[in-house]
Amino acid sequence: MLKERYDVIVIGAGPAGLAAAIEAKKTGAQDVLVVERAQELGGILQQCIHNGFGLLIFKKDMPGPAYAQHFIDELAGLHIDTLLDAMALNVTSERHVYATSRTSGFLELDTRALVLAMGCRERTRAQIALPGTRPAGVYTAGTAQRFVNIEGFMPGKRFVILGSGDIGMIMARRLTFEGAKVERVLEIMPFLTGLTRNYVQCLLDYDIPLQLQHTVKRIIGNDRVEAIESVQIDKQRQPIPGTEEIIPCDTLLLSVGLIPENELSRKAGVSLDPVTGGPFVDEKMQTNVPGIFAAGNVVHVYDLVDWVTQAGLLCGRNAAQYAIAERKHHGRRVKMKAGDNVRYVVPHVLDKESLAESAQRLQMRVTLPIEEPVWVEVMNGEERVTRKTELYVRPGEMVNIDIPQSAYDAVQRASELSVRVVRR
Amino acid sequence: MADKTYDVIIIGAGVVGSMVARFLSRYKLDILLIEKDSDIGMGASSANTAIVHAGYDPKPGTLKAEMNVLGNQMFDQLAGELNFSFERRGDYVVAIGPEEFTKLEGLRQQGLENGVPGMVIINGADVRRREPNINPEVSGALWATTGGICDPFGVVVAAAENAVVNGVTLMTDTAFQDFIVEGRRIVGIKTNRGDFNSRWVVNSAGLYCDEVMHKAGVRPEFKITPRKGEYYVFDKAEITINNVLFPVPSATSKGILVTTTVHGNTIIGPNALEIDDKEDRSITREGLDEIWQGALNLVPSLSLRYSIAEFAGLRPGGNAPCANLDVKYNKDYIIEIPKEVDGLVNLGGIESPGLTSSPAIAVRVVELLEGAGEKLEEKPDWNPIRRARPRFRDMLPTEQKLLVENDASYGRIICRCENVTEGEIVAEIHAPIPARTYDAIKRRTWLGTGRCQGGFDTPRVVEILARELGVSPLEISKKGKGSEFLVRPTKDKEAE
Repeated sequence: MLKERYDVIVIGAGPAGLAAAIEAKKTGAQDVLVVERAQELGGILQQCIHNGFGLLIFKKDMPGPAYAQHFIDELAGLHIDTLLDAMALNVTSERHVYATSRTSGFLELDTRALVLAMGCRERTRAQIALPGTRPAGVYTAGTAQRFVNIEGFMPGKRFVILGSGDIGMIMARRLTFEGAKVERVLEIMPFLTGLTRNYVQCLLDYDIPLQLQHTVKRIIGNDRVEAIESVQIDKQRQPIPGTEEIIPCDTLLLSVGLIPENELSRKAGVSLDPVTGGPFVDEKMQTNVPGIFAAGNVVHVYDLVDWVTQAGLLCGRNAAQYAIAERKHHGRRVKMKAGDNVRYVVPHVLDKESLAESAQRLQMRVTLPIEEPVWVEVMNGEERVTRKTELYVRPGEMVNIDIPQSAYDAVQRASELSVRVVRR
Repeated sequence: MADKTYDVIIIGAGVVGSMVARFLSRYKLDILLIEKDSDIGMGASSANTAIVHAGYDPKPGTLKAEMNVLGNQMFDQLAGELNFSFERRGDYVVAIGPEEFTKLEGLRQQGLENGVPGMVIINGADVRRREPNINPEVSGALWATTGGICDPFGVVVAAAENAVVNGVTLMTDTAFQDFIVEGRRIVGIKTNRGDFNSRWVVNSAGLYCDEVMHKAGVRPEFKITPRKGEYYVFDKAEITINNVLFPVPSATSKGILVTTTVHGNTIIGPNALEIDDKEDRSITREGLDEIWQGALNLVPSLSLRYSIAEFAGLRPGGNAPCANLDVKYNKDYIIEIPKEVDGLVNLGGIESPGLTSSPAIAVRVVELLEGAGEKLEEKPDWNPIRRARPRFRDMLPTEQKLLVENDASYGRIICRCENVTEGEIVAEIHAPIPARTYDAIKRRTWLGTGRCQGGFDTPRVVEILARELGVSPLEISKKGKGSEFLVRPTKDKEAE
């Protein structure tokens, strides 16, 4: 059963979100909720069935799902709420979260601290303005990875991969395992953009050619990709005429970069760094909006999942501390209410601890004049905290009353104080 | 040959064919609408600038000008009846620098001749106030208050669906091959899916209308030359243009616009490149560069960093001279019952502003049939209303909550960028005109059109389509046969 208000809500259950939720709970946050759009926890790790995870944190080489499972198990032991198959639609700067899911319906939740851990998305064909036709058979490497590793279907037989990013190289190997032919990996830069270890283990070991300073000039084929035309480029990234080559294939995979996914952050009023594409954060991973934190690839794109986890831990700890302070602060605040014959009271809210420093003055106006002596009384329910007398009260003349330091204990017991003006 | 004889067969279910079907569905007629592609509206109707033109642009005296102005006037009622997105927010022809300003009055006069109401010339300061991102050298604009924007594919779906609900039979994947003729009368058509008898045939074949009319021996000199137009689409979170901004037109083209869509995206384009191949909707480096330069002239602050899609459409440009020989113009529309044969309503060269003109053309077709002695009797139960299906992203949170409470499948988001739900997808798959491909769902729900361009939703949509259609995911395609997404199961899956 979900609560209406949490100490910490984490959006996204990838490596950053899992770590943040776990650490928030361990730091002392009472209620923690993870909202995840997939049907299971773990995020993109669930489709990363290759090794290469955990070397830093666990000192061993693990596949993605095993790495994720470690945190999923820990999370389960900590009684952290999860909301799966659910999309956070909107977040306000006051940390009011709108989410929807097939199983839990349309939800509105509040949280004292919010952790943004939505990760990143892949750059598309359109973002690099790749010319040619628009047939089936053009996929981002991650989408192809999902088809193969989660859905269990091959999206093609004969591949060209554009971009030497890690997902692209890992998919080159995975597709080769599955009996597909990877014709070529093309990279527009004069250097590898992914990790060298992936170049060795995924391309070199399987004799998949990598061509640096090459790109796709156009895509050919109306219904399904039939070929791509590649071209070599010069140092100014201009195509070199005469170097064009038609490479027959039925699929083009794109591994051309990742972009932090910050549509929700923007709705919450979080400022984004145009260079990283992620929020501006302080050393606590807090954004410009108080109480909204961010961790992992949503902030900037990492090389290693272990670092994402570490960012999540740091962020979760700080989010919890923020929530704890909020909660304490919230418990310290007492509302001032206008009682009989009082129109309003200023201040509207009083910090109980303020009485430890000094007496606190309340100012008010009455609703109706009383031309005889009255009591001005500050009440906690039926218990009187303090009172004073006035010879008369009139709406045109402001009334003051001080809550003395001696009322400290009485005020601690209250969640609300009312002020009334009654005949003596 | 089939025994049945239709009263009317309509060739081509683009916006014109669908609109003709919708207006004819009012009468007691047995109508067949055929479409060669896997879905309706896959040609010019699905890739254009989405503008309901005011009508100051076409040459006065042409059929094009007449249809444009009449069609424009019909859009309020039509949008109300058919429930497609339409906003009559006006458009602007923007003059940059003092010389262009002098051309605005001529354009206004042309509009007045065409019968366009509500045109005003405003000064540069007014334009800047209405569109702060405009080129600061703006000298003024022709403001046409009757201009509008719509969801062009939504118009096709709404019209065709209303036609189908009112009894029209739609067959997709059905390609016209030839006419069946007895004497000088057309009595039916041959298709890849058999022969069909009919008393009347309407040629609304768009890019292929020339080939269709030539089969009937009509206008052998008429030729469609596809004119390609390319576009960039921008991320709505990053770039917002409030208005429809045309440049001052050249002799050949309305020029490269910067405009907004009913979905909130800014789009720029199109260029105009005459080509031979009627299926070549490829985008080119040169074309993209051309529209980019054109757009910068209107809005210099645009940034390609925020481009999220590029596409190209083909205008079915014809070479028909204006019926009024006093008007020197050779790209006019053809809307006729030709003399050479009986039983054909011939439409041709319906390029821009074809979307705007389509309802007026449909009414003209009805009039032509009546003029040819066809006794059109209204159906007592004809329903002009086509209800819209829920669109989650356009709703207030309170409405969304209610929708999800009534049907939990609307609670599951499938497209993360455009917030399209499973409920909407399933509703389109089981609609009167079923969406059976990825692109068919995309055009109807706007799924996959955002920043990630379907990277997130594609595997999920394939799964939903397979489930709802009761077929293997291997059979699910992007846009019909030959464009399947997947080729075979993985080794693990096969072993299962």
